[in-house]
Amino acid sequence: MSDVPGVRFNHVSKAYGDRQRVIDDVSFEVARGSFVVLLGPSGCGKTTLLKMVNRLVDPTSGDVEVDGAGIATRDATALRRSIGYVIQQIGLFPHMSVAQNVAVVPSLMRWPPAQIEARVSEMLELVRLPAREFGARYPAALSGGQQQRVGIARALAADQQILLMDEPFGALDAIERARLQAELHGVQGRLHKTVLFVTHDVDEALRLADEIVVMREGRVVQHGRPIAILAKPADGFVAELVNANDVVRRFSVMKVRDAALEQDSGPASPAAVRFDDDLRSVLSVMLASGTLRLPVIGDDGRPLGTLTLASMLAAARAAGS
Amino acid sequence: MLEYAARHLGLIGQLLLQHLALTVTSLALALLFAVPVGIWCARYARWAPLALGLGSVIYTIPSIALFALLIPILGLGFWTAVVGLAAYAQMVLVRNTVVALRGVDRAVVEAARGTGMNEAQILWRIERPLALPVFLAGVRLATVSIIGIATIAAWVNAGGLGVLVLDGIEHDYPAKAVAGALTAVLLAYAVDFGLRALERRSQTWRRA
Repeated sequence: MSDVPGVRFNHVSKAYGDRQRVIDDVSFEVARGSFVVLLGPSGCGKTTLLKMVNRLVDPTSGDVEVDGAGIATRDATALRRSIGYVIQQIGLFPHMSVAQNVAVVPSLMRWPPAQIEARVSEMLELVRLPAREFGARYPAALSGGQQQRVGIARALAADQQILLMDEPFGALDAIERARLQAELHGVQGRLHKTVLFVTHDVDEALRLADEIVVMREGRVVQHGRPIAILAKPADGFVAELVNANDVVRRFSVMKVRDAALEQDSGPASPAAVRFDDDLRSVLSVMLASGTLRLPVIGDDGRPLGTLTLASMLAAARAAGS
Repeated sequence: MLEYAARHLGLIGQLLLQHLALTVTSLALALLFAVPVGIWCARYARWAPLALGLGSVIYTIPSIALFALLIPILGLGFWTAVVGLAAYAQMVLVRNTVVALRGVDRAVVEAARGTGMNEAQILWRIERPLALPVFLAGVRLATVSIIGIATIAAWVNAGGLGVLVLDGIEHDYPAKAVAGALTAVLLAYAVDFGLRALERRSQTWRRA
């Protein structure tokens, strides 16, 4: 079972009338439990492709599989109830309370009321909006970030294994966006959902994605891990889109473990970094503490070696070769 | 006038009830047509000009002429008035139903579809409550104008407060005519007030 992909696109195309194809022969797989970001400029077809997974759009040719089975003949409403869907900002139902919004899919599936209530509390707890405080409020009384948290809780309430997210944080301010990205990352780490996430924000894509699918004019131009997209952009378009030569950006998708450590004890330093820290934050620590050498410690606090800027740059260069 | 009203409270009350019965029956009949037509026109936009055009053609006919046109078909009496009044209300009701439904945010409808609601569930759970305030505004306008035009229904022997107005004019008895007219005005104000309250209650979620 586990090697059946969560979502698979097989030579999918979409054309409206005689106009140019908005989706042109797209094929790729989204492994179960992975977080895949569709990245591209507006109008590149990423939202259309996303909507094919829950049949809000049907392909003109080719087919889409969910959990190894084609969806073209599946009942669209039943399929949609099994897939979480989060869209930008106004996706909540404004006339329903927070609790009612989260309860939508379970109630469509006719869960018993007690079970729905318990589930709603659990989900609101998950997104840190306790039901006792927020359950009875209407969406208009929430901040943008809180509304989007409710949207995520709603999309997971019926224990959907697949989550489709269409620029869910696009309308939030930078602080809220970063906070929600971190929370989503945490939720994904615990629940292992299969996530397909649309954005045009490169940093958001790099921060969240296990894999990035870069799209342009209805086609997939590159599909790979964030570091691979940055280090080996498939063409000039991708290189320009992700600003591939930006070393700091490259550091943001690399970890301490990706660089070679020196095994001398080195000078004592007030700051230490860990194996799983990303190199961008390590660079910040270096600049702040005025040293280009930092001790690395394990989760148990034992010293593992010394990280230097030179080895970080070497690792970043190596990723590009 | 007050003296007349005081002496004929029973009669005024009876005619007021008749007037209400005319209004409520007409409104019910009007809604029976206007709501499905409005939903249809909101879904299939190309039908809207036809339905709204027809509605405004009816609306343009002077009320007394409309009743006159109905007499050869339905004769005199209660139902002639009801059909005429219901026809009058069509334009306002259909237009507001269409505007109300089209005013529902498409993103919310798409989110509803995306969560797995079928078309009937979207209409009932999402579009109906969100369209309700604008729809109720239409019902309020239609009801108030039905109350006004229903005073002319006395002319086709349908009863109502128009009886006092017509009799008063015919017998040169202004107090009687004014008593009828004022009662109708008060009724219109009362209904307007009540329906406004209902409108406000239908959108508590806006001022959360």
